[in-house]
Amino acid sequence: MLRVFWCVLLRDLTLALRRRTDVLTTLFFFIIVVSLFPLGVGTERQILQILGPGVVWVAALLASMLALERLFAADYEDGTLEQMVLTAQPLSLLVLAKITAHWLLTGLPLVLIAPLVGMQYHLSDDAILIMMVALLLGTPVLSLIGAIGAALTLGLRGGGILLSLLILPLYIPVLVYGAGAVTASGIDMADTRPYLALLGAFLVAALTFAPLASSAALKISIE
Amino acid sequence: MASNWFRFAAPASFYPLAGRLIPVFWILTGVCLLVGLYWGFFQTPDQLGGSNAQKEYYRIIFIHVPAAWMSMWLYVVMVCWAAIGLVFNTRLSFMMANAVAPTGAIFTFLALWTGAFWGRPSWGTYWDWDPRLTTELILFFMYIGYIALHSAIDDTRRADRAAALLAIVGLVMVPLIFWSVNCPDPNQCAALHQRSNLTQIEGNILFSMLAVTFGFWMYSFATTLMRLRSIILTREADNTWVQELLVKGGRA
Repeated sequence: MLRVFWCVLLRDLTLALRRRTDVLTTLFFFIIVVSLFPLGVGTERQILQILGPGVVWVAALLASMLALERLFAADYEDGTLEQMVLTAQPLSLLVLAKITAHWLLTGLPLVLIAPLVGMQYHLSDDAILIMMVALLLGTPVLSLIGAIGAALTLGLRGGGILLSLLILPLYIPVLVYGAGAVTASGIDMADTRPYLALLGAFLVAALTFAPLASSAALKISIE
Repeated sequence: MASNWFRFAAPASFYPLAGRLIPVFWILTGVCLLVGLYWGFFQTPDQLGGSNAQKEYYRIIFIHVPAAWMSMWLYVVMVCWAAIGLVFNTRLSFMMANAVAPTGAIFTFLALWTGAFWGRPSWGTYWDWDPRLTTELILFFMYIGYIALHSAIDDTRRADRAAALLAIVGLVMVPLIFWSVNCPDPNQCAALHQRSNLTQIEGNILFSMLAVTFGFWMYSFATTLMRLRSIILTREADNTWVQELLVKGGRA
């Protein structure tokens, strides 16, 4: 079973790396959105320090949501997805592999670019560290929950807008606790632990249920 | 008797039953709302609370609280019908879930709307990011998402099942959302809503609140069944019993 997981994961990664622009667009979208805010609200150090955590998280939500449309779309169009549904392997495992690949390509780059963004917003080193940890725990949740929405809106006209309507409300807890962790780090590092623990709990819960829900959604969309 | 379990799961046999039930529910709605509102306006104290009392404007509670209760309850009802539909594959359950959604969304909106007008005199603001306001707003978004997803899919069967799954996924969020009221550090999220406790409410206020709640509940039944009847007619338009109904003149 693990072999199937690796097989799908490597396939998706290879496919994505053959077309690098897709991966880079998401990353640059994130950077551009984050860079626009200081131009809009003013570049004073204190304002930016307050806004920073929230802006980074909102930008991360939007970036991961933009990339979600591509999660199943290509496989759906060329029929690969139908074959995946028909295989004897559990669909949720295949879906999990696809989600993992998706996170490695869109979520992980955001985590790695976070220090740069933190510097734009004059965040302290502690805050940047917490932001990276929070993003590391939170972005997989975004990909996992988003996969359900991507599976439900598969092949619909105007799927992208609809996807945001369905998924963004579900992202709110991650946003609240993710940004909360970074804000709390400004007061006391020990305060951030409950936030990170909650993000970890979201991750475990999403990891358990989201692949099942997405595979159920895929079956509904494909039948 | 066992065979009768699913008798009313067939749209054709439920349609006339719904038609007979609708007037009953409308009458109950009218009676409960009249009693509740009369009691609320004339039999309750003029002030609420001790030192910093709320004057007459607190009476909005008789709409606000029942609407908020119904908004949450109807989501649970909707999810139940959606889940029953997914498990037993009955068409009527999906139609039921579908018919409940707009009423639920309306009550959510009503709770937010009346809350804004209550918040203005008592808190000095129409809107605040109080946890309960935020969660009610999220609930509203979830109703809208359900309705939007359902109407975006042309194939009815897929639309039903996809929207049902979305509703169930949303329900997983509900305890999470409620739990977020008790956030890790109470200093960081001050709640404007007081903790509610039904045993500490003055008897007359509680009575009229419950009467209006019951009235709203009956209203939900009535509107849901009316909406259900038109959904049934739309979806079953090609069936013979609908054609016969049309020939007979529409009354069943």
